[in-house]
Amino acid sequence: MSALRIYVPGDAAAVACGADEIAAATAALAVKQKFAVTIVRNGSRGMHWLEPMLEVATDKGRIAYGPVDPADVESVFEAMIAGGGTHKLRVGVPEEHPFLKKQTRLTFARCGIVDPRSLDDYRAHDGYKGLAKALAVASVNPAGIVEEITQSGLRGRGGAGFPTGIKWKTVAEAKADRKYIVCNADEGDSGTFADRMIMEGDPFVLIEGMTIAGIAVGATKGFVYIRSEYPHGLAAMNDAIGIARRAGMLGKKVAGSDFDFDLEVRAGAGAYVCGEETSLLESLEGKRGVVRAKPPLPAHKGLFGKPTVINNVLSLATVPVIVDKGAAFYKNFGVGRSRGTMPIQLAGNLNYAGLFETPFGITLGELVNDIGGGCFTGRPVKAVQVGGPLGAYFPPALFDTPFDYEAFAKRDGLIGHAGVVVFDDTVNMARQARFAFEFCAVESCGKCTPCRLGAVRGVETVDKIISGEDRENNLALVADLCNTMKFGSLCALGGFTPYPVMSALTHFPDDFNATPRLQAAE
Amino acid sequence: MSNYEPWSAEKTAQIIAEHKGLEGPLLPILHALQAAFGYIDRAAEPIVAEALNISRAEVHGVVTFYHDFREQPAGRHVLKLCRAEACQAAGGEALASHAEARLGVAFGQTSADGRVTLEPVYCLGLCAVSPSAMLDGRVIARLDAKKLDALAAETDR
Repeated sequence: MSALRIYVPGDAAAVACGADEIAAATAALAVKQKFAVTIVRNGSRGMHWLEPMLEVATDKGRIAYGPVDPADVESVFEAMIAGGGTHKLRVGVPEEHPFLKKQTRLTFARCGIVDPRSLDDYRAHDGYKGLAKALAVASVNPAGIVEEITQSGLRGRGGAGFPTGIKWKTVAEAKADRKYIVCNADEGDSGTFADRMIMEGDPFVLIEGMTIAGIAVGATKGFVYIRSEYPHGLAAMNDAIGIARRAGMLGKKVAGSDFDFDLEVRAGAGAYVCGEETSLLESLEGKRGVVRAKPPLPAHKGLFGKPTVINNVLSLATVPVIVDKGAAFYKNFGVGRSRGTMPIQLAGNLNYAGLFETPFGITLGELVNDIGGGCFTGRPVKAVQVGGPLGAYFPPALFDTPFDYEAFAKRDGLIGHAGVVVFDDTVNMARQARFAFEFCAVESCGKCTPCRLGAVRGVETVDKIISGEDRENNLALVADLCNTMKFGSLCALGGFTPYPVMSALTHFPDDFNATPRLQAAE
Repeated sequence: MSNYEPWSAEKTAQIIAEHKGLEGPLLPILHALQAAFGYIDRAAEPIVAEALNISRAEVHGVVTFYHDFREQPAGRHVLKLCRAEACQAAGGEALASHAEARLGVAFGQTSADGRVTLEPVYCLGLCAVSPSAMLDGRVIARLDAKKLDALAAETDR
């Protein structure tokens, strides 16, 4: 009899909830009971309220249990070795769970299912099919891959939403002795963790996507710039790159083709602004992460002055499925100019927080109430921040907004990297506006005046409003300051800080009243 | 809790030599120096500058730009508590005050006995299991006052 396969996620969120201890205890139990068990440290399925969620492979598919506490390990183990038997923590077949069943997983098709350190497992789940197609296309029509990406309608998933195919085309047409593919894995927005989950749960898809990008534009070297706050992601990517290289899927003559492509992981150093693409390039070059003025675009003069494709993790990780299944397949999902699916991250004060990949078009209200199940504190939702620290706060009155780049922009918001952070009615929005300025002040690179000085003046002015000092004039001053930052800043840090500030002012004016409601509804 | 070796010019030169061949080697060198010594000694800056043929000001500028790089050793334990929005939404601010009171240090400071450094971190990517923290590189989620007290007790050792 072959060993029983038990899955204990190695994803950082599961580990932070005790998955390492659970894995060790399960392994010890197996030894004690002389039961042959293989423990796979898979990624997370994205149902975070169930983490650590264990799974056992049975002849009826995988059966999940969660959230597993150290005290439950023994009884869960008994249920698992009984072939996925009953237990109070039994979730059943994960794919049948409504949270997963309602999703359309294209980018996250394998995450939580495969062993992130097994190339065989990756291939067994359709891995490297995109690369095979890309190599076949490249041999007859070198521009064919870029054309496919352009046709798919894929837009930059990092936040800006720029068409990926156009970026690639610019680099492909640039003449240079050396070109680079850079993956922006500096996922600093609060409420976002999709990049981290991909790197920890399905790292080969990112490697495959970057390899295809390299072949498409004629680049031979790629960098994955990962924030230092992600030690598990750094380790997983480094391991996967080593495995791919040893298998001939990176390095000279990738997969036996005529193309060379290799990858290197670089760690960030705790600067939020390095998520901005030009600042990231400066950082990779070994400089202060100061934003560059554009033009020149990175596609013309990027890393070390060479033409560079710089894309977010999710954009690159979506490339293989597009190339494999075709632009039309991908484009068929979504609405308007937002094509395909978006891995939305539900976070903060929610009963069912996690990763929800769905075609564009779902409304904010569906995400927060129907999928997320409202606040875990049992209180009403007051505000939802979409798109990270630079995203707008929306009240429930705007819950009919469809998740779509243009629909959010029309309501003075942005979807950004698709993080959704939910707050209950105890939040004070004047404090949140102050925090937005404070964060900008801490993280500003200092190059442009509106951001460097504006953020500091913003904190001071909101403080005056909170303490009731000359309220009307100071509110007008904040609005004026936001206008200057929005139109005068070099990058999105200064330019988008007005979104959370102005949305808080517009939708929650009562919180800026002179009589401060100290610690409302404590 | 990590064990660091005392700063030395020899080890610094060795670390530089190991990374000098990389494209854009400065950040990897600084990370490696901090991993070895726990901080980046001011005396390392001219050595790095000379090896990379850049000015001391450029090296110092990079060291001071990034939040990660320390110019002095941290406490024996480093507790990073997330202060970003998703953790705020889950009660993180009350926990932050609790942490300061329990550890007896303000954010950004090290206790006088060198036992613990308390730092803010803006997102650990654990936003669906918030509030979260990192103690000496280990991630901890679904924090509450009780769990935080247990972490604080670890730093007492």
